[in-house]
Amino acid sequence: MNKIIEKKQLNATNILFRVEAPEIAKKARAGQFIILRIREKGERIPLTIADWDKDSITLVFQPVGKTTNELAELKVNDKILDLMGPLGTPSHIEKFGTVVMIGGGLGIAPCYPIAKAMKQAGNKVICIFGARNKELFFWQDKFKKVSDEIILCTDDGSLGIKGFTTDGLKQLMQKGKIDRIVAIGPTIMMKFITLTAGDIPVVVSLNPIMVDGMGMCGGCRVLIDGEVKFACVDGPEFIGQKVDWDSLLNRVKTYEEEEHKCKINLQ
Amino acid sequence: METKTRVSMPEQAASKRNKNFKEVNLGLTEKLAIKEANRCLQCKVPQCEKGCPVNVPIKEFIALIKEKKINKAIEKIKEKNLLPGICGRVCPQENQCEKKCVLGIKSEPVAIGHLERFAADNEKEKPISTIKKNNKKIAIVGSGPAGLTCAAELAKKGYSVTVFEALHKAGGVLTYGIPEFRLPKKIVQKEIDFIKKLGVEIRLNSLIGSLYTLEELRKGFDAVFIGTGAGVPSFLNIPGEDLIGVYSANEFLTRVNLMKAYNAEYDTPVKKGKKVIVIGGGNVAMDAARSALRLGGNVTVMYRRTEKEMPARIEEVKHAKEEGIEFMFLSSPIEILGEKKIEKIKYIKMKLGEEDSSGRKRPVPIKNSESELDCDELIVAIGTIPNPVLQRKTKELNFGEKGQIIVNDSGKTNLDGVYAGGDIVSGSATVINAMGDGKKAAEEIDNYIK
Repeated sequence: MNKIIEKKQLNATNILFRVEAPEIAKKARAGQFIILRIREKGERIPLTIADWDKDSITLVFQPVGKTTNELAELKVNDKILDLMGPLGTPSHIEKFGTVVMIGGGLGIAPCYPIAKAMKQAGNKVICIFGARNKELFFWQDKFKKVSDEIILCTDDGSLGIKGFTTDGLKQLMQKGKIDRIVAIGPTIMMKFITLTAGDIPVVVSLNPIMVDGMGMCGGCRVLIDGEVKFACVDGPEFIGQKVDWDSLLNRVKTYEEEEHKCKINLQ
Repeated sequence: METKTRVSMPEQAASKRNKNFKEVNLGLTEKLAIKEANRCLQCKVPQCEKGCPVNVPIKEFIALIKEKKINKAIEKIKEKNLLPGICGRVCPQENQCEKKCVLGIKSEPVAIGHLERFAADNEKEKPISTIKKNNKKIAIVGSGPAGLTCAAELAKKGYSVTVFEALHKAGGVLTYGIPEFRLPKKIVQKEIDFIKKLGVEIRLNSLIGSLYTLEELRKGFDAVFIGTGAGVPSFLNIPGEDLIGVYSANEFLTRVNLMKAYNAEYDTPVKKGKKVIVIGGGNVAMDAARSALRLGGNVTVMYRRTEKEMPARIEEVKHAKEEGIEFMFLSSPIEILGEKKIEKIKYIKMKLGEEDSSGRKRPVPIKNSESELDCDELIVAIGTIPNPVLQRKTKELNFGEKGQIIVNDSGKTNLDGVYAGGDIVSGSATVINAMGDGKKAAEEIDNYIK
């Protein structure tokens, strides 16, 4: 169990692991995540389950901090010390009509199981993906099979719309009716998608700081309609229009100083 | 007769221990233990044993210590309690066995907890005699005190027991909650290892309700015991609680204990406040305060009642004071102030009013008594509620308004073959009460299967 059976550098920044985890794979649903730890003195970090089959789950991550950098060092046949999941409440899937999946950067990966489930539920699925440049997209063939249309946005204009996913959404909103939006990516992106969407319900997948991932620490608490909710068990998905974004944007920076020190040590 | 004063527990000096996470109580030497054991009157009808939720044969084990038969003493204890090193340290003996000790009427009760700990710590390991297995399988959900006790008791009876633990380490609150300086993790590990030697299998990283449903456990096992604890922290629900530097005691202690954030070799960070305020008056508040102190903070415990009403053990409060923790009684926070990080709290003075349902006087705010206090870290230790994961995924299980699982007198839930105990049933109690529940459930499960 927990053996890495495939490792793929998806592009300059994103790495894919396929990990042997038949029990988690059996229970995984769209929108859920796992928590992993790679060594005795390491941290517990949450990662969304980006795909799964009978025996394995797929994780996509970007080496940004100490733990994800160490994770990137692992090779095929290495084992992940601890793997706990599936965690969180699965995505709400039903036939809404037209569903727009919006993924920013690494957030593209967790869009996949939700897009797939939304498509299977009979929705028209349109994807809007954003990245800094054209090199950073991945899984486009996979997404083609589960969506009706894909709109790409790049910061530098190297592919598709020059601009952010919000620009892609604005254009799409002028073309026709959208019944639901699911947005996954950096917190700031999810905030601005929510602001752009107006009355269209936006489901966002939050990624606050977390320790246990099962409702025990309260570190992942977010304010939803003014009420304290735990992203790990009540979420990670919430309706964006109800999220107190400024509170969340502040809280995700809790360990900025500590992370900075960590990175200095890494260099 | 030297029965009046009890032998005091050797301790690390307060000025030294407030800077390290090593155990505060050092344990009795054999000489001291025998001296203390000799205070025991060996009553014909030992009252102390009536105060023990797991019925430790206190009189007999103390008699064995008197005779220097330490290994026999620990064997005696283990007939009833398989976590003696833990209980000897964290049980509130002053409210249980020692409260009933007749010596306590005129002088001080026998230090039963200290003697239990002495016996446990001085055990010479020996191989465990083989247990004849029956072919029945039991699933235990949660590896805290309730689950471990239930598992051990059933294993002793020959059942094949599998414990499912959600975290990466077993022990529940013994591991994530109670700090090293009060309960060293190597003691917890030693006692868990003993339970494993009885044949109990512990499966880590296995969250029930998620990885497996209760229904699946019921299909795969002959009976199930749920001991998932009260792991969800309550918050104050006042403005500013989302500011950086505000922790639940659960998060703070989990970072410090489970993830060992106090040790620079470990990656998990924890804020090390210079001026820390801990809200609450229970053992968890003391644990949080004393941990924050050891991380270099000046720590104040703020409690809305008076010292008399504090639910924390007397020993913990005494230790906290000796170590330099300040207390503010009859005070309650009303707002947390700061731009991004906590900068100060606004609080109000309280007075005691009528008695409430718990028999304690209810604190009432005094009008126009608000003040502010600077701080850079706030730890909220005002209690926990049952963990909801299993209940949410198991609609057929009866649970109460606060999420606690409802059981009958024998610890049985509304589902056939499913038992529950510990904080998931009681809301929030002690390690030993949870163990008592686990033990009782083991008996009931045995009866049910027979």
